[in-house]
Amino acid sequence: MTTYPLTNPEEIIENAQSLRWEIGVDFHEKLMESIYTDAAQIADRAVTRPQGKPRFDLDRTIDKLVTSRIWGFPLMLLLLTIVFWLTISGANVPSSMLATLLLDTVHPFLKSLSASIGIPWWIDGLLLDGMYLATAWVISVMLPPMAIFFPLFTLLEDFGYLPRVAFNLDNMFRKAGAHGKQALSMTMGFGCNAAGVVATRIIDSPRERMIAILTNNFALCNGRWPTQILIASLFIGGLVPAHLAGLVSAMAVVGIAVLGVLLTFVVSWALSRTVLKGEVSTFSLELPPYRPPRIWQTIYTSVIDRTLIVLWRAIVFALPAGAVIWLASNINIAGVSIAGHLISFLNPVGLLIGLNGVILVAYIVAIPANEIVIPTILMLTVLVTGASDVGAGAGVMFELESEAQTLALFQAGGWTLLTAVNLMLFSLIHNPCSTTIYTIYKETGSKKWTWIAALTPVAMGFAITFLVAQVWRLVEVLL
Amino acid sequence: MTTPTQTTSEACETCPVHNAAALKKLGVDMTNFDFVVALSGNPNTGKSTVFNALTGLRQHTGNWPGKTVTRAEGGFEYGDRKYKLVDLPGTYSLLATSLDEEVARDFILFGQPDVTIVVVDATRLERNLNLVLQVSEITNRVVVALNLMDEAKRHGLQIDERRLARDLGVPVVPMSARQGEGVSELLQAVSEVARGEVIGKPYRIKYISADLKKAVDQLTSQIGAAFPELPNARWVALRLLDGDERIAEALRKGELGDLTHGNIEARSAQLQVIGNQ
Repeated sequence: MTTYPLTNPEEIIENAQSLRWEIGVDFHEKLMESIYTDAAQIADRAVTRPQGKPRFDLDRTIDKLVTSRIWGFPLMLLLLTIVFWLTISGANVPSSMLATLLLDTVHPFLKSLSASIGIPWWIDGLLLDGMYLATAWVISVMLPPMAIFFPLFTLLEDFGYLPRVAFNLDNMFRKAGAHGKQALSMTMGFGCNAAGVVATRIIDSPRERMIAILTNNFALCNGRWPTQILIASLFIGGLVPAHLAGLVSAMAVVGIAVLGVLLTFVVSWALSRTVLKGEVSTFSLELPPYRPPRIWQTIYTSVIDRTLIVLWRAIVFALPAGAVIWLASNINIAGVSIAGHLISFLNPVGLLIGLNGVILVAYIVAIPANEIVIPTILMLTVLVTGASDVGAGAGVMFELESEAQTLALFQAGGWTLLTAVNLMLFSLIHNPCSTTIYTIYKETGSKKWTWIAALTPVAMGFAITFLVAQVWRLVEVLL
Repeated sequence: MTTPTQTTSEACETCPVHNAAALKKLGVDMTNFDFVVALSGNPNTGKSTVFNALTGLRQHTGNWPGKTVTRAEGGFEYGDRKYKLVDLPGTYSLLATSLDEEVARDFILFGQPDVTIVVVDATRLERNLNLVLQVSEITNRVVVALNLMDEAKRHGLQIDERRLARDLGVPVVPMSARQGEGVSELLQAVSEVARGEVIGKPYRIKYISADLKKAVDQLTSQIGAAFPELPNARWVALRLLDGDERIAEALRKGELGDLTHGNIEARSAQLQVIGNQ
């Protein structure tokens, strides 16, 4: 690098300062004005606009509808419901087909193979009953919904709908003392919270950016959609006649997602009134033109890029988790497995908040990836209930052949509708996954704020599920 | 990777655009590149789509402004030269303050790329030209990619790209990147500017009043004398007159070429300040 004489720059800067006094304070405006004038002139010379009255403008007509005060929000909810309804009703069949293949066919085959070549039981158990089954379960539960959900979501994005969502939410974010662009980082969070946290870089003011980072976790990420979808179809969909089940479960999932958005507003508001006080900055949000989505390309890239990448991440975490669960279930201390000890230790707390020890242990195991919550819960429930007829042994993740059987197992584990509702709530409101926590640390560079981002949602989750459980039980007693 | 073979007539062989068949998408391989090309533009004009078309990478594209917040880099080979392509976050101007906009600004200002492609939305030409004019103040190695021509046609807009090129003083390439149209022409224009076969004479922003012009000219010549290697003295002068403290600081420390590094760290330090409150 060349080194420059240091005296010169100082003189130049001083000279610039005095010139600034001479030319007045409105230099910036004058400069912008002259850039705009020149740009307008050049553009005017190059562009020929169509003559006569403008034709029917489809873009503007759609915009009037989707961003209208009356129809904006109902349309948003309707679109979301349709997307989830398609996801829920479309994922059932391929999910059970995958399960049949990976769990009912491949797993017994591998077991008999290992038995025939005489592999010791504990290696066989660790590899096949722990790691293989955990992974197979994650694939059959996650792949079909993601392969439907992501392309649909990406089509909406490609079409240009997302900025309209941001436009609708902008006013509410500003009322909450946050930046309107937080609507965009929140929408990213619906895919992945770590990505949502990085996306907050579009927010200029550090104060508003911090609010957006701290509240991104309230956007349900795709690691948590499968939990919501499964529990809603089992417990909520089961409350209504079969032909309505898909729709009602979809609405329950949308309800949880909307609750997440409301919590985003409430927490943003609370933060901007207390620890992160300051001015709300204004910005202009551009509504891009609607573009006809390139359907096949979108489906291809969303399956390859999003679905498979997310699935791969889930598998990477499921492998060791499967091993840990199997070991914890098969290593005994004083006659009871480690997992058993943990479950009975956490059970009182779990029951107090309408959950149980199994669910809490599953959430500890799933800190690296929310995707493995349901498989872990199923496996541990088998362990606790001793339902030997459905499971294949302690610490074995398995696929139940039908939803009815899964439901029966949950009920044997003491599950009620309250457990299901609170599990859906807790899945929305708990600590971010470890990847997101690390991303928050990298983006903020602050241990303190990282801790706050990690612990606030858990505390809120405990408080809210506790409250729901108490009110629920009170109502039950009164009825 | 093999070059796609095509059956072409003799006339095609002599046409420079034919060389597009010689595009080699190198993905993330950016070793031993000959030229650095920056990809700038307003948000949501299709920068990432152009980036993917040239590098063969699959940067996620989406129809909303602010999708790209970090710099993405990729490589391609064209006409026996290797290029490193840097996809910058979308910006409306180079006078802005947020982290994503600063990443873009600092790279164009101080990274001194061999070519800067400004991707422009043909349906919103007037507003997009604001950025073109600002980039042209910094460097004369500019190629304007007049993207979304298909949409402009849909809206019944006719754009005289020759007139535009003449007024702006830099090559203008009409294209529809989503359909892959105009990619060959863009490559040709980029390579001509990179090799110095085409030298732009960019339009300079005119000033409203004479005293403004005097102040700018005076400061520009001083900066030019102190930093003869700096190609964009006039822009630095404009920034100083606008009271840009960071530019003043960089000038003071003699690190104008260094600003592309350490910038993100500086901004997260700003977040840290809040963090420690």
